[in-house]
Amino acid sequence: MARHSTHLAHHFDNATQQFESSKLGMWLFLATEILLFGGLFVAYTVYRANHPEIFVYAHHFLDKTLGGINTLVLICSSLTMALAVRAAQLGQRQRTVTLLAVTLLCAFAFLGIKYVEYKAKWEHGLLWGRHYQPALHDASAGAHQVPVLPAAPPQAAGDGSEASLIAPAAPAPVGLAPQATAPAPPAGKHEPPADLAAPKNVHIFFGIYFAMTGLHGIHVLAGMIAITWILRRARRGEFGPEYYTPVDLVGLYWHLVDLIWIYLFPLLYLIK
Amino acid sequence: MSMSTHTPSSAADDNYLHHGRGLKSWLTTLDHKRIGVLYLISVLTSFFLGGLFAMLVRTELLTSGRTIMDANSYNQSFTLHGAIMIFLFIIPSIPAAFGNFVLPVMLGAKDVAFPRLNLASWYLYVVGAVFALVSILAGGVDTGWTFYTPYSTSTGGAVVWLTMGAFILGFSSIFTGLNFIVTIHKLRPAWMGWFKMPLFLWSLYATAIIQVLATPVLGITLVLLVLERTFGVGIFDPALGGDPVLYQHFFWFYSHPAVYIMILPAMGIISELVSVFSRKHIFGYRFIAYSSIAIAIFGFLVWGHHMFTSGQSGLANMIFSALTFSVSIPSAIKVFNWLTTMYKGSLRLDTPMLYVLSFLFLFTIGGLTGLFLGTLATDIHLHDTYFVVAHFHYVMMGGTLIAFLGGLHYWWPKMFGRMYSEKWGRTAAVMIFVGFNITFFTQFVMGSKGMPRRYYNYPPEFTIYHQISTYGSYLLAAGFVLIAVYLIASLFKGRPAPANPWGAGTMEWQCASPPPYYNFHAAPAEHDPYDFSHLRYDESIDGYLPAPGAQGS
Repeated sequence: MARHSTHLAHHFDNATQQFESSKLGMWLFLATEILLFGGLFVAYTVYRANHPEIFVYAHHFLDKTLGGINTLVLICSSLTMALAVRAAQLGQRQRTVTLLAVTLLCAFAFLGIKYVEYKAKWEHGLLWGRHYQPALHDASAGAHQVPVLPAAPPQAAGDGSEASLIAPAAPAPVGLAPQATAPAPPAGKHEPPADLAAPKNVHIFFGIYFAMTGLHGIHVLAGMIAITWILRRARRGEFGPEYYTPVDLVGLYWHLVDLIWIYLFPLLYLIK
Repeated sequence: MSMSTHTPSSAADDNYLHHGRGLKSWLTTLDHKRIGVLYLISVLTSFFLGGLFAMLVRTELLTSGRTIMDANSYNQSFTLHGAIMIFLFIIPSIPAAFGNFVLPVMLGAKDVAFPRLNLASWYLYVVGAVFALVSILAGGVDTGWTFYTPYSTSTGGAVVWLTMGAFILGFSSIFTGLNFIVTIHKLRPAWMGWFKMPLFLWSLYATAIIQVLATPVLGITLVLLVLERTFGVGIFDPALGGDPVLYQHFFWFYSHPAVYIMILPAMGIISELVSVFSRKHIFGYRFIAYSSIAIAIFGFLVWGHHMFTSGQSGLANMIFSALTFSVSIPSAIKVFNWLTTMYKGSLRLDTPMLYVLSFLFLFTIGGLTGLFLGTLATDIHLHDTYFVVAHFHYVMMGGTLIAFLGGLHYWWPKMFGRMYSEKWGRTAAVMIFVGFNITFFTQFVMGSKGMPRRYYNYPPEFTIYHQISTYGSYLLAAGFVLIAVYLIASLFKGRPAPANPWGAGTMEWQCASPPPYYNFHAAPAEHDPYDFSHLRYDESIDGYLPAPGAQGS
């Protein structure tokens, strides 16, 4: 078929050599991605090993249900992606297109759920660094009450140079008062238990959470762009048994994006 | 079918320089040789810029107190000198300029595995360079090239521009390494097993492994630095419960392997040159090949030796110190193999060989002084002094740059089809050797007497050392200027080069100088790249030809 010769680049001897080279190249690129995320996993490990109380406390703010749904969504998308590669190999144009489209939809769903989660964090002041202001914005969420976090205790005299810069909880309109016992938390899934005292520097968790899930989200977005690109090529009938390399390579990338989330989910959401 | 030509290159109009004319054909090229030349021009431009900053730094240090600039400008000058030299010159230099040109030809291949990725990596280099230039104009950076927190997260200036430039340059490096690994795995001819490859390719392979595995860690480190700076994440800020030493761990986890990215290709060049210019088979081929891989692996285990005084535990210090000692062994193995190659060889002291000899002397000093720094008891006194500055200039400049210059003079006839003036070549090599030692040996002495690095002011007892060092640097700079002059002159007036002026055995010498754009009509036959017995000097072309009836063409 003409497709064979037009896809063989001049510097390769045969299609097999070209295909194997492409695969090796993609695996090497995936290795770089693993090292990239690896830095964040190391940061997670270092901070969790040194301050487990921060992670135990703060992970309660995450919604395990939404995180679990996202996990299922991505796993499904990996399945449809793998099936799409198979369909491309077999030259099944319509099936390839459909499966890639479903994969794309799953990715949209993932990002949609992440948006919902991020928005909730923003509204409840559950952010990184100095932006961690958990008692603010409470009026906007009626049923979602964030438990009172007592103001950070004053430093011992010995290390007075490390005065906490976290603002104490401001009095808010919904009847919260500093140092009051928290009202019985509503039957929500995302607050720490009332008897769990807040440790110092809870924001560290959120810094790591947003860095890891944010970088992951960027990679999901990049994957969506790549999937859209091969979806268009598949619609034009460009893939078949002699040439399906781009589908295969995008599939590999997508599986890695899924795999990274499969590590992120238990590490961030399922700590206790 | 003869691969070598007996006619000067200028007769072959389909050589890669003339195949397709005009700027656009160069900027959209997929020819690895042109990309190599684009990189060569780029890295040499960066070297010139980094060198300018070096001259500013050294001139400022002629006197303690203000000489030509204030302290703030001085901090920016040494920061940009370091950042430009490391990220824009040394790391890409040999792989991107010479590796790109020579690697496929040494394999008898038509190109690298991913030519478009290759061009993309050059464009990324250019973008990264633009970011670095913008940082100079947008307020400068005064953190040192290491961007240590918490200063880098809290100081003003264009830190984000420069770190994001380095981030982009990191991808340029990754793509080059990725390309080389796949090319070496997949585009070797059937007869060329791993242990029949030229050693330059072993060194490029080991380098590429480091590039692919280490550079992403720098990437995430710089991203975290930028996030910290712009969004106040707090991961490195003690006031927010963060740890600034964590930054150092992240940074050096890349930046130590990075120095092996710098030196391994240089060692590869030395392996090629020492054999050719001793007219003798390389000694200990397998040792040299394996030691390249050993350096790549061990290089990942020693980053903590940059942090002996950071407050990390004594146990960590001891482990890193021991590992640092062990990483010196494969390098020493190479040096002994090169010396043994020269032993009872027929030495030709052409310009490339002068750089080989310089390398052997200077790199050995640099490597040995690394042991003083790797020893905990002495490092306490030497850390952050000029001793460190001298050490890394001996290995990076006396090592990598000298080998780069050797490679430049070795492959220049092949790349551009012209011979340069041998007289001026040797003169410049000597100027550089002498100037280098005056500049930097003085700094070992200064450092051991306690002169700290990156300091704008100093007590009067150090003045004489600084002045000697600065005047040495002027001689060094003059040597570089001389090289630029005669090399550029050779492009216009140089004698046309034969295919094989040096009598080398690797495959690039079997095609014309400059090569045709397609490299070879047919892949060359099996041969040993270090067997010179089949080459005979031909006076009429002042080059080497396959001996009649001999194998290998």
